[in-house]
Amino acid sequence: MLLARAKEQKAPEVSRVQQALDTAKADRELPTLPAVSELLSGAGLRGGSAYSVRGSTALVTALMAGPSAEGAWCGVVGLPSFGAESARGLGVDLDRLVLVPDPGHDWLSVVAALVDALTVVVVRPPGEVTPGEASRLAARLRTRGAVLIAVGSWPGSEARLEVESSVWTGLGVGEGLLTARQATVVVTGRRAAVRPRRHHLWLPGPDGAIRSVEPVHSIGEWQEEAVG
Amino acid sequence: MLTRTMVVWVPDWPVTAAAVAAGHSPDEPIAVLEKGKVFAVSAAARAVGVRRGLRARDAQSRCPELVVLKYDPVVDARAFDPVIGCLEALTPGIQVIRPGMCALKARGPTRFYGTESAAAEKLLDRLETFDVPGSRVGIADGPFAAEQAARSSSARTRILVVPPGESPEFLAPFSIDTLERPALTDLLRRLGLRTLGAFAQLPRTEVLTRFGPDGAFAHRLARGYDDRPVVAREIPPELTRTLDFEPAVDRVDQVAFAVRAVADELIARLTELGVVCTTLRVEVGTESGRIHEREWLHPRWFTPADVVDRVRWQLQGSGTATSELTSAVVRLRLVPDQVDPVGAHVDGLWGGGPDERIHRALSRVQSMLGHGAVASVVVGGGRGPAERQTLVPWGDRPVPARPADQPWPGSIGAALTPSTIFPSPLPAQVFAEDGTQVSVSARGVLSGAPAAFRVGSGSRVDITAWAGPWLADERWWDASAESRQARFQFVTTDTRAWLFTLRQATWHAEATYD
Repeated sequence: MLLARAKEQKAPEVSRVQQALDTAKADRELPTLPAVSELLSGAGLRGGSAYSVRGSTALVTALMAGPSAEGAWCGVVGLPSFGAESARGLGVDLDRLVLVPDPGHDWLSVVAALVDALTVVVVRPPGEVTPGEASRLAARLRTRGAVLIAVGSWPGSEARLEVESSVWTGLGVGEGLLTARQATVVVTGRRAAVRPRRHHLWLPGPDGAIRSVEPVHSIGEWQEEAVG
Repeated sequence: MLTRTMVVWVPDWPVTAAAVAAGHSPDEPIAVLEKGKVFAVSAAARAVGVRRGLRARDAQSRCPELVVLKYDPVVDARAFDPVIGCLEALTPGIQVIRPGMCALKARGPTRFYGTESAAAEKLLDRLETFDVPGSRVGIADGPFAAEQAARSSSARTRILVVPPGESPEFLAPFSIDTLERPALTDLLRRLGLRTLGAFAQLPRTEVLTRFGPDGAFAHRLARGYDDRPVVAREIPPELTRTLDFEPAVDRVDQVAFAVRAVADELIARLTELGVVCTTLRVEVGTESGRIHEREWLHPRWFTPADVVDRVRWQLQGSGTATSELTSAVVRLRLVPDQVDPVGAHVDGLWGGGPDERIHRALSRVQSMLGHGAVASVVVGGGRGPAERQTLVPWGDRPVPARPADQPWPGSIGAALTPSTIFPSPLPAQVFAEDGTQVSVSARGVLSGAPAAFRVGSGSRVDITAWAGPWLADERWWDASAESRQARFQFVTTDTRAWLFTLRQATWHAEATYD
């Protein structure tokens, strides 16, 4: 009798502990580039969530660069056109990068297997992703504390980032060489802001680093940078 | 105590080994070259005056029909292995001094066959039946004296026995060069010591203080006091596993099933020996008579499941597990090419860290999709962005296809590299202001400034800024691989940046900076 009651009490306790463990893992914030965390309204990449990036491989790389530089393993699935040298330039460690250029029709199992071990998994789904598929993967992401970056749309993503336009530096008419760009990134958060916010980002800057463009009052500085 | 030693010498062994490997008869005039100089010559070549140390051209001028082969120490040693095996059938405990020469303790065979020369006869007979003719045997106190005895035995009797205790007298008239220490012998010669006997008469302590330990050792050899023991070679444990299929098997999963048990047994045997296998060679013999061979590396070490996976990948290539093979498999060999002591790879107390977990996950994906589907990437050199990166299957050695430390003239500067490189470049058209197609002359002059382009059948996009051409004239010396191209960077009105290539009057979009 007493034993049965103890058991009854214990069961919710166990599940609470389990829950706490899960959320502890899921709430883990991954090391993030300062410029990227500004895009995400001050927060870092949250372990256990999915982000959707459109229109720019460089922006995907920028998201990946923070964790990678701090020793995390990254995987890129379904992007046969991934430019590794550019990724290296933006701060991704190629020693800890794995590519699966052609995951075939069973791409979801491949992503699930990689999520088990890698910290950041980039995936370009071959077609529309159903909410069912996304939520199946979301449970896995939460227990592992991994981050999924989808190239294209992803149901239930933490934030949607899109490069709207870019201003390129270094190229003239028949002369010069591309050296830097300023990208205008539109961020749509899930909970923070329904209204999309616009950010200006050096992707990358003339010195090769990713950082936010200074606000308007320092225009003089920009020009100096652009020239130098 | 000096060991009574028997040395078996096969004259001109490098020639025999190289000739057999290259499919020549050792009786032809043959010279084996090392670093452009003659290293060994066959009897026929020696008869017409080809000597060791000659330059290749001089040797050929003395004997125009000379067959010139390259010296390969690996071939040399490998070919000698069966010879040792054949001698070991008569008497165990053979030490290989170098390919073509081996030493053994004389006591055992002498006791068995009666006298030393009878034992030597027996060994020579054995070699004769093994098709290694003309070998010699020398017996003396210590390996050095025995080697000299073998070398100075006559071609007719082929055996020279130096009675016990007479080695110093036997060695005394030999030239100082037999010590094979050029620095030392050069000095001794200038001191007027031209024979081993003369060198042997120097006092021991003086030699040690003047010439050091190596000089003292050479002095011991010259005195006929070579106390090196004969150490029998260690036979490496047999780890190769062979599987014969009778009747031949033509399905991948059947082979994989059969390999399973062998792989289990092989890995268990390795564990027993305290080693792990890090490189495995899989040879597949097919009914058509071809042998498909591939070497598999493992970032950690092979488990039985890994072995089965490698065999499967090698067999199926791009097919699926149940697909039929092009030719049925009759034989399969697993050769552990590289084994390391298990201590070099041992896990820490708290497991092998994150790498093991990652490796396991990636191996799982590999067994789902095939070996090449999971890749690590390495950046090397090259002119185009696609040439600069190489995908290497997970587990293989990451080596870039082109070295990164070369200048690669004609490549675009590395300030900004394209983030998307099309696996196959997209056909495109580039127009000048007046609507004509832009072209580049042989001297790199543009027909007009690029004003707009169209990728595939897409819509026309205007160019706001451009630079180029970066000209690359690659492999002009090789008609089949030659490629002449000009690269351009374009920025368009929709604020995108592109990398275009013009090759043989056709434009392609090669990459974008998205």
